[in-house]
Amino acid sequence: MESRRTPLHDFHLAHGARMVPFAGWDMPVQYADGIRAEHLATRASTGLFDVSHMAQVWLTGPGAGAMLERLTPTDTGAIAEGRVRYSLFLNDAGGVLDDLMIARHNDILQLVVNAGRADHDIGLLRASLDSSVTMDVRSDLALLALQGPASPQVLARLGGDLDGFTFMQIRNMTLAGTECVVTRSGYTGEDGFEISMPASHAPDLASAIAADADVTLAGLGARDTLRLEAGLPLWGHELDESITPIAAGLRFALSKRRREAGDFPGAATIMAEWNNGTARILTGLLPQGGRPVRDGAELALDGKTVGAVTSGGFAPTLDAPAALGFVDAGLAAPGTNLMAVVRGRETPVVTAALPLVPHRYVRN
Amino acid sequence: MLRYTEDHEWINLEGDTATVGISPHAIEQLGDIVFVELPEAGNTVARGDAVAVFESVKAASDIYSPASGEITEVNETMLDDLSSITPDRATESWLFKIKIEDSSELDELMDEDAYKSMIA
Repeated sequence: MESRRTPLHDFHLAHGARMVPFAGWDMPVQYADGIRAEHLATRASTGLFDVSHMAQVWLTGPGAGAMLERLTPTDTGAIAEGRVRYSLFLNDAGGVLDDLMIARHNDILQLVVNAGRADHDIGLLRASLDSSVTMDVRSDLALLALQGPASPQVLARLGGDLDGFTFMQIRNMTLAGTECVVTRSGYTGEDGFEISMPASHAPDLASAIAADADVTLAGLGARDTLRLEAGLPLWGHELDESITPIAAGLRFALSKRRREAGDFPGAATIMAEWNNGTARILTGLLPQGGRPVRDGAELALDGKTVGAVTSGGFAPTLDAPAALGFVDAGLAAPGTNLMAVVRGRETPVVTAALPLVPHRYVRN
Repeated sequence: MLRYTEDHEWINLEGDTATVGISPHAIEQLGDIVFVELPEAGNTVARGDAVAVFESVKAASDIYSPASGEITEVNETMLDDLSSITPDRATESWLFKIKIEDSSELDELMDEDAYKSMIA
């Protein structure tokens, strides 16, 4: 099947991207300087990522909030106009079908879901529609992520209005002449923004942003190493149908009213785990000796399997290998020595608290 | 005599000993190299054995011996500075030297022109 192309495909090629297939899309994994340089530039200044492969879905109508509450543990009534929440589509066993962002803007519930799960999620939403909700899959929009400590200055130089604009808020902005919808959010652990705009305007806006001396173009490779250091879960790795939000360390995604009502999918399982804990929980892992451990490596203690690595690679900010994995709850305390079995040989790893690199969100 | 494998190793035979490395193309494709495991001198290996590992930010890649024989020397110096392993330093970034048992094994490998057309 032919890979889909974002509106920035030509832009990526013109900027020396190495393109790879990802979730049915042809995406830049890196540009000429490479993943490490793009990662460090994002932490030190600002990285610009094309995330147009993620699906933007709008829900309108009086029943939109109630419909989302049938699928997620989020109190949609508590999402005020101009606010964004992290949420989860759950199954009846308490497993995670996908993670997503929900914003309320102009009284529309604006969702962003993973590219690899977009077909699934849109099908799930479609099956939940009734006459009180209208769904609009906005494939006419592009999405850019501008991430890093200099990103507010970059946005301000393009004309962005940042007055009183903090983490997990959404507002309209005109950037370099293009009307955009901007959220202060991202998936790198840094302060940053996600910028939605008509696809036809994306190449010009991306060029305007890239022309800023503080901005480095960054691909999916750096996006993955950044979120790994930030301890942010990726569906298919730290999240799937068999992993509960409690195991994945996502208690904050369960709204208080919904917990008390116990009226979300999988609530019985999830609330039992909320109170009693889970067999295995997500932890950071620091491999010792320089050799990275990768997704799928088994974690062992005294020859007994006690967990598994779900994401692993190199953490450029730490200048060392790093990984995420699930371990028996009793062994998750930071500083526990385990063995990762990598390609038939053992590599010592030490558990570490998440995030591995502190988040720098601008909350107030 | 310089030859290439389909897995992007190069092997340069001088007398009965060959030097083995990975091609500039392979180094470029790997990206930032963060860990290298070299074989041990004195080990006897068969053609096609996984003898070394390159770990980049994204992935681990096995390096296969292009020929059978005894590893006589490994390039420990390259481990001092992995950032020096760049496409333009593929020759300096050799991995190991191997005393070849049967030089006819190299007949099946590609010469430089054939390799360049393979990666083109």
